[in-house]
Amino acid sequence: MGTTDSSIVDAARARPGLLFVVLLAGLLLVDLAAKLAGVGLGPIGGSLSVDRLGSNLWNGVVIGLVIGLAGIGLSMTYSILSFANFSHGDLVSVGAFSGWGVAFLIAGLGDIPVRALLTVRDAGNASPGAIGAHILTTPGAILVGLVAAFVVTALLAVALDRAFYKPMRDRDGISLLIASIGAALIVRYLLQFGYGSDRRGVTASVDASNLAFDPLGLSVNAHELTILVAAVGLMLAMHGMLQHTKLGTAMRAMADNKDLALITGIPAERVVTATWIIGGGLAGASGYLYVLLRGTIQFDFGWLLLLLIFAAVILGGIGSVYGAIVGGLVIGVVFTTSTIWIPSDFNQAAAFAVMILMLLLRPEGLFGGVTTA
Amino acid sequence: MSDADAPGGSASGPSAGGSEAPESATAALVEAARESDLGLVVGTLLAIYAAATLLTFTDGLNSVVGLLETLTFLGLVYALTALALNLQWGYTGLFNIGVAGFMAVGVYTMGMVVRSPDPAFGPPGLGLPLPVGIVAGMGMAALLGGVAALPALRLKADYLAIVTLGLSEIVRLSLQSSAFDNFLRDTIGAGTGGGRGMGMPDNPVRDLFLVDGQAGTPTAFGDLVFGVFGSDGLGISQPILIGWGYIAVLAAFLVGFYLLLERLGRSPFGRTMKAIREDELVADSLGKDVNLVKIKVFVIGCALMGLAGILWFGSQGNVSPTPQFRPLLTFYVFIAVIIGGSGSNTGSVLGGIVFAAVLFEGPRRVGGTVRGLIDAQTPPSFADAVASLDPVTFLAYATENVAPLQFVFLGLVLVFIIHRRPEGILGDRIETAAAVDLSERPAGGESDE
Amino acid sequence: MSSDAPDPSDSAETDADAPNPGDVAATDPVTATADGTIGEPEANDSEVEEAAKHVPSGSPSEAPPLRVEGLVKRFGGVTAVDGASFEVESGSLTGLIGPNGAGKSTTFNCITGVHEPTGGSVYFEGEEITGLKPHQIAREGLVRTFQIARELSEMTVLENLMLAPQGQLGESAIRAVTPGLRGAVVEEETALRERAWETLEFFEIDHLAHEHAGNLSGGQRKLLEMARALMTDPEMVLLDEPLAGVNPTLEEKLLDRIHDLRADGYTFLLVEHDMDIIMENCERVIVMHQGSVLAEGTGDEIRNDERVIEAYLGEEL
Repeated sequence: MGTTDSSIVDAARARPGLLFVVLLAGLLLVDLAAKLAGVGLGPIGGSLSVDRLGSNLWNGVVIGLVIGLAGIGLSMTYSILSFANFSHGDLVSVGAFSGWGVAFLIAGLGDIPVRALLTVRDAGNASPGAIGAHILTTPGAILVGLVAAFVVTALLAVALDRAFYKPMRDRDGISLLIASIGAALIVRYLLQFGYGSDRRGVTASVDASNLAFDPLGLSVNAHELTILVAAVGLMLAMHGMLQHTKLGTAMRAMADNKDLALITGIPAERVVTATWIIGGGLAGASGYLYVLLRGTIQFDFGWLLLLLIFAAVILGGIGSVYGAIVGGLVIGVVFTTSTIWIPSDFNQAAAFAVMILMLLLRPEGLFGGVTTA
Repeated sequence: MSDADAPGGSASGPSAGGSEAPESATAALVEAARESDLGLVVGTLLAIYAAATLLTFTDGLNSVVGLLETLTFLGLVYALTALALNLQWGYTGLFNIGVAGFMAVGVYTMGMVVRSPDPAFGPPGLGLPLPVGIVAGMGMAALLGGVAALPALRLKADYLAIVTLGLSEIVRLSLQSSAFDNFLRDTIGAGTGGGRGMGMPDNPVRDLFLVDGQAGTPTAFGDLVFGVFGSDGLGISQPILIGWGYIAVLAAFLVGFYLLLERLGRSPFGRTMKAIREDELVADSLGKDVNLVKIKVFVIGCALMGLAGILWFGSQGNVSPTPQFRPLLTFYVFIAVIIGGSGSNTGSVLGGIVFAAVLFEGPRRVGGTVRGLIDAQTPPSFADAVASLDPVTFLAYATENVAPLQFVFLGLVLVFIIHRRPEGILGDRIETAAAVDLSERPAGGESDE
Repeated sequence: MSSDAPDPSDSAETDADAPNPGDVAATDPVTATADGTIGEPEANDSEVEEAAKHVPSGSPSEAPPLRVEGLVKRFGGVTAVDGASFEVESGSLTGLIGPNGAGKSTTFNCITGVHEPTGGSVYFEGEEITGLKPHQIAREGLVRTFQIARELSEMTVLENLMLAPQGQLGESAIRAVTPGLRGAVVEEETALRERAWETLEFFEIDHLAHEHAGNLSGGQRKLLEMARALMTDPEMVLLDEPLAGVNPTLEEKLLDRIHDLRADGYTFLLVEHDMDIIMENCERVIVMHQGSVLAEGTGDEIRNDERVIEAYLGEEL
C-alpha cells in the first residue's frame, strides 16, 4: 500500500536483516577507503597498502574461480537431481589425485619409479623437485593431467550414480543426501587407503615464475595465470554447451521443471548422465587446479573445501550455473579480503557466515528466481 | 536377562505361568527380549560382550574387562547423543547436521566455567563449581540451538543441513582460533586454549575412588573396590575400574534421557512433533504453532547434545577442537540413529551401542588381531603392497591401515541401509504419540454390551 | 501468538462452562455409554449427536461467519484471484464452484492463511483474519481439509484425530514431562481418546483406528481428514473437493455426515468441481470465474444464469 516515494523505506522495514547487511557492507567500504587513505577515524580506518588489497583481491579471484568451477557441478546436480550432493568435495579430491598421477607420470617418467609417480609421491621418496612438474617446464604434462582429472572424475561420478543414486531416483532429497554422505566416506577413505594420509608437496618450484604487474603492484605467478586461463576456458565451454547445444537446452529444461521436461520427451536418464559427466568432470578439474594453486595435496582437501563450494552455490542461487561462478568469486574474495578486518584464522568462518546470512535473508540467492540451468 | 529365565517358573507362576507355559526356556527368553525394550538393549550388550571376550580372552581378564569398558563407554555416549538427535530428526524431521558443534559448545563452556582461574595450568577459567559449569554448558548449547532454529523455520531440509553444518564448522574454527581465545580471555577472563585445547576439570567419579583424584591414595570405597577387583583380587587395573564407575553414571544419565524423551514423545507435544515431520502444513492448518514447536525442539535437543558432549568429552582429560569436533562426529551419530531407525528412542539407544561396538571400535580391534596373526613386513604404501603381488603382504597392509577401510565400510553400511532398510535395522516400530495407551479402546468407553 | 484470541480450549477441567455437548460427552464416558448403538451405524443419530456434535457457539453477532471482500492474489504476473467478494451464511452449506483455473483453490488458500492475499480482506465472525498464519486462523475456529488428502501417514488414525484438538495441556513440553504436572495431561488424554473414538464411530472408520493413516484408501483418507478437522472444534469447515476420487458409496456416506453436521449448526463451505453434487446438496452456490465471483444464489438460480452457462460452455452443466 506504500506509495512509490517510500518504497525504499518500506522495503527496509520489510527486510530489516537486509538493511543491516547493506549498512554493514557500507561501513566496511568506508572503512576500507579510510584504510587505503591511511586515515584513522576512531575505530575505523588505519592503514592498508594498495598492494596488499590488490594481492588479496587477486588471490580471491583465483580461489574463487576454482571454487566456482567446482560449484557448477554441485549446482547442476542439485537442480537436475534435486539433492545436495555431499560427495561432491571428494570428487574434487579424486580429480586432483588422478590428474596429478598422470601429470607426474608424464613429467617424471624414466628417472622415477612409476608407482611413486602414479600415487602422487605416496610410494618411494622422490621429491617434487626431482619430478619437476611445473607449467613452465612441463606444460604438456600439466595439460594432460588436467584432461585426465576431468575424465577420471567424470567416469567415477557416473559410476557412483549408477551404483548409489540411480536405484533411488524416486526418493526424497534427504535420503539421497544421506546416501551421498555414504558415498563421500567411501570415496574419501579409499583415496586415503590408496594414496596415504599425509599432506605433501606436488609442484616443483621454478625460478622466475612470478610475473609482476607494476602499476597494480601485483605479483602473479605462472600457475595462477594457468588457473585463470583454464577455469575461464572451461566456464566458456560450459556456457557454449548450455546455450548452443541440444543437450544444454534439455538440461536447462530439466532444471527448470522436471515433470514438464519429462512430458515433452526429454530423455531424462541421458540428461542425468550428461550432468554427472560434466559436473563430475568440472569438479575433478577444479581439484586438479586447486592443487596447482596450493602446491600441496592431501586426501581430504576436497571434503574440507565442500562447505565453501556450497557457500558459493547458495550465494549464486542453487540451480544456477552462472550463479555458482559468481558465487565462487564472491566467496573467494570474502575469503581473502576478510583478513583485512578479522584475524586470518577466521576467514573460513567468515565465508560460512556469509553463506548462512544469505540463506536467512535471501534463500533464492543473488540472482534469485532466475534458473539458467 | 537371567532372572527372566530361571525364576520365571517359580516367581511368576501364579500370574502368567499358569495360563500359557512357554515352550522352552530359551524361546521364552528370546520372546521376552523381543517384547521388552530393556531386554533388547541388554541382550545386544551381552552379545557384544561375548564377541569382545572371544576376541581378547587370551590376553587375560584385565584386557577383556578393559575392552568391555571401552565398548560400553562408547556405546553409552553414542546412545546419549543419538537420543538427542533423534528428538530433532527422528521425531520432528529437523535435519540438523551440526551435532558436533553443539557438543563442542557444551563441553567448552563447561570447561571455561569450571577451570581454575590460574593461567599457570593453561587457559584460565572462572573457577565455578562443576554443576554450574554443566548447566552453563547446556544453556549455551541451547542458546546456539535457538539461533540455529531460525533457519529451520523457513528453509527446506537440505538447506537447513548446510546451515547447521556451517554453524558447527564456525564453532570449531572459532574454538581453534587463538585470536578468539585471547578475545575471550580479555573480556570474560576465561580462554579456550585455541588449537591446543584445554584440560578438563577433575571427574568427580575419580574422586570417589581416589582422594583428590591422586593415584596411590585410595578412599575407603576405592580400597574396597580395588581390594576385590584390583591387583590384590582379580587383577584389573585401577583406571579400568574407575572407568566402570563412570559408566554407572553414564547409564544413569541414559535412563534419564530416555525417560525424558519418551515422555516428551508420548504426549500431545510428541504428536505435534510427529505431525510436523509428516506434513508441516497440516499441523499448521490444525492450529499448531509449528515455528514455536520447532524452536522448542531445537533448544531441548541442543541442550541435550551439550550435556552429552560434557559427559563424553568432559571425561576424556583433554578436549581440542580439531580432531574431536570435526563434522565426522556428527555423521557417526547420524549413522547410529539411522541404524536404530529414526523416530525410535529405543532404536537410538541400540543404534548407539551397535555403532560403537560393531562399526566404530570393532573393525580396529579385529584388524589389530588379524595383523598380529600375520607374519609379514608391512609395506610402506598401497602401491608397494600391490607391487609385491603377495596376498599376505597386501593383507598386512590392509590390516595395518584398517582405519580408512573402516570408514569405507561405514559408507557402505550407510548406503545399504538407505537403499534397503530406510526404516533401520529394527524395522518399522510404532512409537505411540499419546500420554495414554491407544492400543485398544478402554472398557469404560466401550458401548457394546 | 494472538493472545487476544481465546483458545477454544476443550480441556477436561472446563466442562462446567463448556458450551458444547460434545465435550461433555467426552469427559463423561457414562453419557456416551448410555445410548450407544454401535451395532447399527445407520441408526446412530443420537450417538452422532452425542459424539461429534458441537453446537458451534452460534455466532452471537449478526456478522456472517465468513466474509471475503475484494480478495486479490497475484503470483508474479499472473492474477489468480481478482477481486472476489462473497459471504457465507451462518449454519449454511455453501458451495463454491467454477471452471478449472477459476481461482477456487487459491481463494481457499488465501482464506486459510496458506497464501498471503495481495489485496482485499477476509473476515471471520466479524474479525479480520487477513494475513494471519494458518494456525492462528484455525484457532479462531475456521479449519479446512485439503483437495488431495494430507493424512499424517506414519501416525495412526487415532493419533491423527488426537492431534487436532486445540490448546491441549500436553502441548507444553514442560507439562508433558514434569512428574507433578503430567497427571493432568494424562487425564485430558483419556478424555480426548474417548472423543476421538466417538468421532471415528460417527464417520464409521473406527475399525481403522490403529491403522497407519498411510495405509488407508483414498476415500478413507477423505473421511479421516474431515474427522480430524471436526476434532478441532471448529465453527466453520472449508472442504476442498472432499468428494474427488471417492467411490459412490463412500460419497453418499460423506454427504450424509456433512448434512448431519450442518443440522447441528456447523457452517460449511464446499469447493467442488462436480456441478451436480453442489446443486443437489448446497442451499447456496457461489460461482467463480476468472478470479472473481460471477454469480451467487440458490441452485436453481445458478442453473438458469446466462453468465454461468456461458462460463461453463463446453463443460457439462
